[in-house]
Amino acid sequence: MVPQFLIDIKDFISQPWPWWVGGLMIALIMFILLFFGKEFGLSANLRIMCAADGAGDFADFFKFDWQSQGWNLMVALGAMFGGYLAAHYFLSPDGDIAHVSNATIESLKGLGFQFDDGKVPLVPDFYSWESLFSLRGLIIIVLGGFLVGFGARYAGGCTSGHAISGLSALQLPSLIAVIGFFLGGLFMTHLIFPILF
Amino acid sequence: MKISKYIFVGILLGITLYKSEAVSWFRIFEMFHFQSFHMYGIIFTAIIAGVGIVQVIKRTHLKSTEGQEIIFHPKDKSIPRYLIGGFIFGLGWALAGVCPGPMFILLGSGYTVFIVFLAAAMFGTFSYGLLRKKLPH
Repeated sequence: MVPQFLIDIKDFISQPWPWWVGGLMIALIMFILLFFGKEFGLSANLRIMCAADGAGDFADFFKFDWQSQGWNLMVALGAMFGGYLAAHYFLSPDGDIAHVSNATIESLKGLGFQFDDGKVPLVPDFYSWESLFSLRGLIIIVLGGFLVGFGARYAGGCTSGHAISGLSALQLPSLIAVIGFFLGGLFMTHLIFPILF
Repeated sequence: MKISKYIFVGILLGITLYKSEAVSWFRIFEMFHFQSFHMYGIIFTAIIAGVGIVQVIKRTHLKSTEGQEIIFHPKDKSIPRYLIGGFIFGLGWALAGVCPGPMFILLGSGYTVFIVFLAAAMFGTFSYGLLRKKLPH
């Protein structure tokens, strides 16, 4: 028998989290990493993985002591476990859905998205192996991945490194990067999506 | 505990971003349409709490578990690098609806196709490494 208080904790975690809980938890995670003497930044893992794969033979950018960065790979591995746990043990009572606003549902319908009984799934259906065989799926998964990997390293960080760590330390370069993130995101969402969808 | 503690930090991150729906393509879409405060609330709360944390660390000269004072490395001063690189990242962030954290989280939660996304992102980083000297920084 599982003790009742454990079930209560599980039910408590399983509710959809309000934004302020998410924000405070992210700040806590940043603090824990700082306390361990590390910096919060997930995209650095892409460089580490390239280096570990022997990319140093092609560009000096990948010649660095990547073994000392193994801790960051462990954060990424943990994030995968966390995703597994959330999806399998902490699902919301109303299922695996994104509680987006009605205005967003209308905008999505305008682009041709169909949702059963108005429920928006957490992950869109184009994230499947089959969609790799469609042009749109291929663009989103392969080009999207490429742009994220290229841009994050060019800018010297991603959402965690610049928007969270950098802005928390009041770094001006991070503010410029975050402005760039938003300009790129707005350009894609408002000018490219009407063509793509 | 030297390495495994980082796995626990990662688990915390994975559950947090999944449960606050920051891993959702639709939430990112909503954010870039300014149709909900949700994503802005997450980011602003994290930054406001983060600024407080950094100030306390600096003023108390807090030492890390490694025994050294926690320091913050100032990032190189430049504009093109952050603006152009950031713009390219933003294109990908909006297109795919995921940034590097959610990429790992969704891969772990069972969307195995993200292994292709991860490979593409690694190829993007690799391409940047090859082109770095020719790009404006």
